[in-house]
Amino acid sequence: MFGLDKVDTRTFLFVVAITLLAPFILNPFPSESALAQFNAGYPDLMQRFVIFGIFAIGFNILFGLTGYLSFGHAAFLGVGSYAAVWMFKLLSFNIVPAIALSIIVAGLFSLVIGYICLRRSGIYFSILTLAFAQMSFAMAYSVLSNPSFNLTNGETGLQVYASDPQYLKGNGPDNTHLFGLEMNSTATLEIGAWAFQFNIGFYVCAAFMIAAFYIAMRIFRSPFGLMLRAIKTNQTRLNYTGLNSRPYMLAAFVISGMYAGLAGGLLAATDPLAGAERMQWTASGEVVLMTILGGAGTLLGPVLGAAFIKYFENIFSKINDTVLHTWFSFMPESIENFLVAIIYPFVGKGWHLTLGLMFMLIVIFLPGGLVDGGMRIWNRITGKNRTQADPVADPKPAE
Amino acid sequence: MDAILLQVLNGLDKGSAYALIALGLTLIFGTLGVVNFAHGALFMIGAFVAVTLQRVLNLSIETVHADKKDFLGNPLKVQTTYVETWFGESAGQLIIGWSVPLAILAVIPIMLLIGFVMERGLIRHFYKRPHADQILVTFGLAIVFQEIVKAIFGANPIQTPAPDALAGVWNLGAWLGLSLPYPAWRIVYFGFSAIVIGGVFAFLQFTTFGMVVRAGMADRETVGLLGINIDRRFTLMFGVAAAVAGLAGVMYAPINPPNYHWGMDFLVLSFVVVVVGGMGSLPGAVLAGFLLGILESFASTTWATTTIPGINQIIIYLVAIVILLARPRGLMGRKGVMEE
Repeated sequence: MFGLDKVDTRTFLFVVAITLLAPFILNPFPSESALAQFNAGYPDLMQRFVIFGIFAIGFNILFGLTGYLSFGHAAFLGVGSYAAVWMFKLLSFNIVPAIALSIIVAGLFSLVIGYICLRRSGIYFSILTLAFAQMSFAMAYSVLSNPSFNLTNGETGLQVYASDPQYLKGNGPDNTHLFGLEMNSTATLEIGAWAFQFNIGFYVCAAFMIAAFYIAMRIFRSPFGLMLRAIKTNQTRLNYTGLNSRPYMLAAFVISGMYAGLAGGLLAATDPLAGAERMQWTASGEVVLMTILGGAGTLLGPVLGAAFIKYFENIFSKINDTVLHTWFSFMPESIENFLVAIIYPFVGKGWHLTLGLMFMLIVIFLPGGLVDGGMRIWNRITGKNRTQADPVADPKPAE
Repeated sequence: MDAILLQVLNGLDKGSAYALIALGLTLIFGTLGVVNFAHGALFMIGAFVAVTLQRVLNLSIETVHADKKDFLGNPLKVQTTYVETWFGESAGQLIIGWSVPLAILAVIPIMLLIGFVMERGLIRHFYKRPHADQILVTFGLAIVFQEIVKAIFGANPIQTPAPDALAGVWNLGAWLGLSLPYPAWRIVYFGFSAIVIGGVFAFLQFTTFGMVVRAGMADRETVGLLGINIDRRFTLMFGVAAAVAGLAGVMYAPINPPNYHWGMDFLVLSFVVVVVGGMGSLPGAVLAGFLLGILESFASTTWATTTIPGINQIIIYLVAIVILLARPRGLMGRKGVMEE
């Protein structure tokens, strides 16, 4: 189906089902219960899941397939956001032109940067992309926000003001919308003690993510994808066969840049605001982390990693010491205080510490990421050796 | 003329920090072949050793003063630091005032230990892994270090004053017949880093240990075949590199109040410095450090920022891009390093 083989069709349908049913799946606890704080089924967070999923899928096309580690991908996300907000400011709150422009602008931007950076490989490539991203960040923060030519609005961030022209707005809504469907409108379905939220913004982003996933899948299975994997396995040998690998690399770079631009555009579409901090190198580090955590070079990995990290970012950082005290209140007071004192540095404001530790543990013990780990556990349970059946997850050089 | 000299001085000082960190990074890369993204964090930890020492020295005990009374006639309670009670008032004050230079003595063993534990406990397992994995695991470690420091010391910068004798202004230009007042501590910092850099080079050049390390950098396998335990020496070099970063951090604390994200701020720039200098080249790292420091300070002058707005923020990256494209191996890079 859709030009995919049987296994891929199943994976694809699985992703579609999970994404569309996310408001149910992510909301397992009744809204009044103590565990409700672990629910992730509210619109803002779900939108982040799918948007950063798109970002990570795109990054994976570059890093997972070719092995080129870019430390500057957040620049494309930021550029996409700026482009989208400019469309809101100039035309109207309709997201279609905004997202189209953000993809195009990010694509052009990555074409220029990629053309220069891909002249080097290995760590030099990483540093070059990092340098470009940091440069874009610094420029967005200061240079491009001077009064005579205010492109980025500096520290405040670019946003839509009432005085903006919005030539095509007419009587359209005052909020981001898709041909009249407002992005932030939410329908709530109450079943018993549960309240499930269905948000337009989430479903728009989810549709984009499903499309992005499908395209990534086709790229993975195409001759082009095979070529990228050949570059990862042994670029020198590929060059010796008389093949110029740079156009393929550039294409992969631009595609992943466009994915990042799409993610940036969607971020702006759900919340019409763009700030320079989206381009900072920590943001680039985050997408690397998502991809690695989920499993670089696998199809499902990046989406999984993105959801995982965003979930922990939101849920962990919400837990404070009052919450911890209520959890452990059934214990004697000394033990309760002791446990809270131990756990407290890892949650709330300290969740970055957990993130760093988790990151290290994953890289040390599970270089293949969550997908690889899950596969190993599955094999242990079923007693089968399935790694051979999926040559994509672990490409062996064909000697 | 004054203005130019002033900018050179400004640049030398920031450049020394870059050079010291880049030197450590290059040492680690040259010996172990590991890309250490946690090196900036080591620099930051060095600065916080100074902060800690200052706090420890300021620990005080509350005593009742023998004859003074407060305005109600009750005996006056005074805070006396332990150091003052032990060494007498003037000596105690002196020790507290000189806490930053004293921290140098503390930072060397601490950083050697951290370096040693880091190498034996973590980095060792990553020799055979791809560079991407090394980058990622040390990046994670950097986050962990950073968050621990943040949890202990809070997120705000902490003032760490230099000794009073060195906190003033020296008029350097007096010798040249120019008026060029300049903060004394910054001159001290430059002198100190010159000594550290000189020390590292002398250590590598003139000691047997250094000779073996250099041989190991050139051809690890052969040195190993000669019956020398090169791994142990490399572990020690990792400690030395960590100590160099720590020293750079300790002495930088009075210039700029340390805060927890120093590590990340300096790391990115130091990496650019290493790559500009040429991966694996120690003189290259030092040269590029000073060069980029001076360039950055010239780009921050009002003249430069009015001509090209924002040039001070992007100059280093711009130079790095130009150099990497024109001279792929950096300024003094050797052939065959990091060229797979």
